Amino acid sequence: MSTGTQTEVVMPQMGVSVSEGTVTKWLRQVGEAIGRDEPLLEISTDKVDTEVPSPAEGVVTQILVQEGETVEVGTVLATIAPPGAEVAPAAPEPAAPTPAPEPEAAPAPEPEPAPVAAAPPPEAPATPPAPVSPAAAGNGKTFVSPVVARIAAEHGVDPTSVPGTGTGGRVTKKDILSFIESGAAAAPPPAPPAPVAETAPPPAPEPAPQPEPTAPQPVAAAPAPVAEPVPAQAPAPAAASTPAAAPAAAEAELVAGEALEPMTAMRRGVMEHMRRSVDTAAHVTSAIEIDMARVVALRQKLKPELAAQKVNLTYLAFLARAAVDTLLDYPWVNGELRGQSVVTRPFVNLGIAVALDDGKGLIVPVIRNAQDLNLTGTARAIQDIAERARTKKLLPDDVQGGTFTITNPGSFGTFHGTPIINQPQAAILGTYALVKRPWVVQDELGSDVIAIRPIMNLTLTYDHRLVDGAYAGMYLRDLRDKLESWDEAAY
Amino acid sequence: MAEMTYIQAISDALRLEMRRDQRVFVLGEDVGVYGGAFKVSLGFQEEFGPWRVIDTPLSETAIVGGATGAALMGLRPVAEMQFADFISCGWDQLVTVAAKQFFRSRTPIPIVVRLPSGGGFSGGPFHSQNPESSFAHIPGLKIVCPATPHDAKGLLASAIEDPNPVLFFEHKHLYRRIKGEVPDERYTVPFGTASVHREGEDATVVTWGAMVYTATEAADELAKEGFEAEVLDLRTIVPWDKERVLEGVRRCSKVLVLHEDTRTGGFGAEIAATIAEEAFEHLDAPVMRLAAPDTPVPFSPPLEKAFIPQVDDVVKALRELAAY
Repeated sequence: MSTGTQTEVVMPQMGVSVSEGTVTKWLRQVGEAIGRDEPLLEISTDKVDTEVPSPAEGVVTQILVQEGETVEVGTVLATIAPPGAEVAPAAPEPAAPTPAPEPEAAPAPEPEPAPVAAAPPPEAPATPPAPVSPAAAGNGKTFVSPVVARIAAEHGVDPTSVPGTGTGGRVTKKDILSFIESGAAAAPPPAPPAPVAETAPPPAPEPAPQPEPTAPQPVAAAPAPVAEPVPAQAPAPAAASTPAAAPAAAEAELVAGEALEPMTAMRRGVMEHMRRSVDTAAHVTSAIEIDMARVVALRQKLKPELAAQKVNLTYLAFLARAAVDTLLDYPWVNGELRGQSVVTRPFVNLGIAVALDDGKGLIVPVIRNAQDLNLTGTARAIQDIAERARTKKLLPDDVQGGTFTITNPGSFGTFHGTPIINQPQAAILGTYALVKRPWVVQDELGSDVIAIRPIMNLTLTYDHRLVDGAYAGMYLRDLRDKLESWDEAAY
Repeated sequence: MAEMTYIQAISDALRLEMRRDQRVFVLGEDVGVYGGAFKVSLGFQEEFGPWRVIDTPLSETAIVGGATGAALMGLRPVAEMQFADFISCGWDQLVTVAAKQFFRSRTPIPIVVRLPSGGGFSGGPFHSQNPESSFAHIPGLKIVCPATPHDAKGLLASAIEDPNPVLFFEHKHLYRRIKGEVPDERYTVPFGTASVHREGEDATVVTWGAMVYTATEAADELAKEGFEAEVLDLRTIVPWDKERVLEGVRRCSKVLVLHEDTRTGGFGAEIAATIAEEAFEHLDAPVMRLAAPDTPVPFSPPLEKAFIPQVDDVVKALRELAAY
């Protein structure tokens, strides 16, 4: 999208359901040069945070959306002028060649196969596919090639004032460059970088949309709750019941020491999703304790092997592998309520909740067809998405289409929790800290003894509208059995 | 480092790949006992045995189809057409099956089809064609057209390593005519990177295959008149080094796109269109194309000479660009 020679940078579409994005940071300012595909700004949407590359090489002439502002997909964010262009803040571009003696644009008409001997043609080109001859048309004006026109415009030179050595006296690129170099251009030509005048005034640097926020308000306070990125869903309880994104009546004054910062698009996405899920599903949590001794031993054995393949074998990989396998026997745990129907599927797209390093948000990238992955594959896939989530390299499709989610808050030592279901899924598995506990086991004679065992608590939080307690309990029991009797060959 | 002919470099690359990777094997008409129509695989059957150097029936469909099947099963076949012209019999296997398999089923088809192509020795209409443009139009295929012994060796290694179907166009006229220094060890030349065969600032000639030499000779001729043309050897057509071409256009502002294939719908048209779209404001002359006329390749030596772009034709085109 370029107007004249200016190129417009627009808010990109970062996924089918994304309709707006927030400018989080400008990496270049007005007047700075930028190469094509170099990062120009950072944006944040409710699905991904990413950099936006410059669509063209040149100089940033206008920034139309300030940091913190949220705008719809397709909104013009900035304009880029070609390299060398004058960056008068308001000037659209160095207008036409010059106001003076007619810009001479007459493109050579017909090819004129006849050797219009006007200049020194090396030898009458008798070749059949006669090349286009720039030769003069009958009106005494010669053709100005695109590159000459551009150089003339950039330097405010009238091409007709340049001695031409090309066919028919045409001004070649070399002609105009040496003309400019010789300094000849500096003196005579009228007004070098033609000021504005000419064309309609360009869009003012401050364009329409955003009416200057008056107070220190957080920008983007109420970006019209855009079409929810949810697939057709149960009749979600209208926003009435809970003041989801309500701007809250005239916010309370800040008390000394308090700070106010605008909410990121990700935070807003999290906020909306969490609220909607609680308003939608009938959350119930069941927990089960697992003796992880076998998994611990296996992990210790396999870890060096896999490390050689650059795969970090975590407990999460074991848990994910077993959870996915068990899901195939409990399709409703992996299912979805859609209107008055129940959706089940023969595959598991496994979401893994990943907390961002700064603790300011979480994202749930999805491992597609997780049922096809063995333990190594699962570990590798988890490592891949976690890494990409933290380095902001996820693609929109990486965070869509999940059918079941695992969240792993245990790395901080918590032993229990009640996560919120990732809509429109039916359940979420919580995994917690692995702790050594005194545990009653049976010795070889069948007598009870107390042993020290590595125990992990797992929770399944499920939507009771679809999944009943017994069904959830059986799922957890089977999952426990798989983990406690881990069959190395089967995974 | 040894001096090798273009065809020796191809043999050498193939031999090294077969030694380092058991999955690599060759198949084609007369590639085994006879050593191939141009003797690229001479001695291969002795070294690698008849199961890795397979003489096939006279059926290009079977050769390409068999290679595709073997690739599906995990092998790395290198199929030889005796002449690139005969690939039309294997079109369906190549275009309908091999090129689309990964798109349909996520199963890669790492095959290489070696295609001795090009004219210049009165081979006539069935033994002289340069059909690369037809295949450049098929998404899913990669197309390689080396011009030097060094590139032939490195690009063939890359082709065999590549997980996609790769068409490797070897110019027959370069086989024994062109020699060059070639490293003894294995190396690869990346796809999609043009090489500068001759430097210059006044015009960019974009070409590949045997025309690289024609262009360079012509450019040397023009240099006597003070006009220095750069000669860019694309080396691979799919992918092609668009960025390097556009860089040349922005610097020189005059372009000649040259190929031995016929003009209409030739890959030069794609290049010219891209330049017009993406570097219009840097042009100081119309993008010029020089290619063979739209006829079959004639047998008669004088007619063939008139058909294939010659040094004089390129000189003439460059003079026009110089004078423009």
